[in-house]
Amino acid sequence: MTEVRDRIIRIVAEQAMLDPSELKLDMSPQDIGIDSLGLVESIFAIEEAFDISVPFNANEPEKSEFDISTLGAIVSAVEKLVAEKA
Amino acid sequence: MSAKKLKGEKPPKAERKTAKVKGKMKSATKAARTLLGRVIMGRHANGMRRVAITGMGTVNALGRDVPATFEAMREGRCGIGPLEFRDVERLAIRIGGQVRDWEAETYFNRQQIVLYDKFTQFTLLAAREAVEQSGLVFEGELGLRSGVVLGTAAGGMNTWDENYRTVYEEGKNRVHPFVVPKLMNNAACSHVSLEYGLLGPSFTVATACASSNHAMGMAFNMVRSGAATVMLTGGSEAMLCFGGVKAWEGLRVMSKDACRPFSATRNGMVQGEGAGVFVFEDWEHAVARGADILAEVVGFSMSADAQDIVMPSAIGAERTITNAMLDAHMRPEEVGYINAHGTGTAANDKTECAAVAHAFGHHADRLMISSTKSMHGHLIGGTGAVELLACIMALRDGVIAPTIGYEEPDPECALDVVPNTAREARVEAVLSNAFAFGGLNAVIALRKA
Repeated sequence: MTEVRDRIIRIVAEQAMLDPSELKLDMSPQDIGIDSLGLVESIFAIEEAFDISVPFNANEPEKSEFDISTLGAIVSAVEKLVAEKA
Repeated sequence: MSAKKLKGEKPPKAERKTAKVKGKMKSATKAARTLLGRVIMGRHANGMRRVAITGMGTVNALGRDVPATFEAMREGRCGIGPLEFRDVERLAIRIGGQVRDWEAETYFNRQQIVLYDKFTQFTLLAAREAVEQSGLVFEGELGLRSGVVLGTAAGGMNTWDENYRTVYEEGKNRVHPFVVPKLMNNAACSHVSLEYGLLGPSFTVATACASSNHAMGMAFNMVRSGAATVMLTGGSEAMLCFGGVKAWEGLRVMSKDACRPFSATRNGMVQGEGAGVFVFEDWEHAVARGADILAEVVGFSMSADAQDIVMPSAIGAERTITNAMLDAHMRPEEVGYINAHGTGTAANDKTECAAVAHAFGHHADRLMISSTKSMHGHLIGGTGAVELLACIMALRDGVIAPTIGYEEPDPECALDVVPNTAREARVEAVLSNAFAFGGLNAVIALRKA
């Protein structure tokens, strides 16, 4: 599963125009400097990378089943979706 | 309600400068109102002409003409339901305000259908109703002095979709020869001019969700300035096809179940389709021929937020609302009803309510504001045109169309949103808001005729 984590970090880092080493798992999208449009684009990239469908509604991100509060939360949620697919 | 500023929103530089001279501007505005506000017959004291609406027509999910649409709005009926078109099962979003059982053959012959995309078909049907109601015949000088300006965001989307299928999915190497004249954004506008022999200024405006309001604002200014005697105006959209909805799905702002503007339980927008067309006519011309004047167009304002490509700005919206009232020589207290942009997204609804609270101060608590998108869906480039119907119904029939699907108050949208049931009320002046993706705003003001 470290592979999943590293790929997500690379995706998010690219979106934020940062080096992956600058990202910490306890950072929120806001800390990383990603706005709502950047988040939608990151989730699209994650869906493409892992061939999964992420339940995320930009209207009420905090109410989505998909936890996006921190990078770590995104990683766990994606890991769960990847595991469910397998 | 409290007029609090949205978090993290900084007024642009120009705005801050304007604030400094606001005091000076206030007295200048007052003087302008007394001087320019005077109306003598069909002209304003400054020589500008008055603009009458003498015809209206529509096709949308609520009905195929104005009477059917008014009836549905009065009853608070919902036109949104399951989408029906090819490959809909591959979509995550499967609801919309679709014009059901549409058969082009009912209205047009084969030669016409090969040239008319659905957005053109909707437009022509709406134009037919509007022109018939106006009683105008565009012969001689009047044809030369009349034009068409319409809004659409996507033009012939169904034609793009069908023909991409042909070449990409089916692998064919030949398409119908009329693909281009059918899909072009100005097709509807051109066919209206052809149909009625309108030889004056004619063009199409594409500003996403504000297209129709921009188009009607242009038409208003052309008649007001004397550049045209009559303008057919409004807009249309027909994006409900696989490719159209798939593109919108990507943004993740669409609701899977309903459009509930201003309700705390809202979860996104729902797309609609259809058209609205109006006859804007020089007031003196309309009076001279004894036309039935449905309402008067009195003001228009447009602006850009210059802030974000999708997120709306309360400051930009407020500025546009205020300037539309200034253009109309209208005091905020005169406005009885606003047809909201009210998309049902978290971002739009709270931003729009904050803008209205700022623009109207205490009067914000006394006016009514509803979003009819809850019934007909968001017609994107055609939405302002269908929504102007609700404004005319308010002025003419004294019936305020409701915001349906309203379940729970949202403290950030604490205005009288006319929840769920239409209301009888006398209103003298109304506004119609449109705030598009791209931060482009257009607000139009009407008065009772």
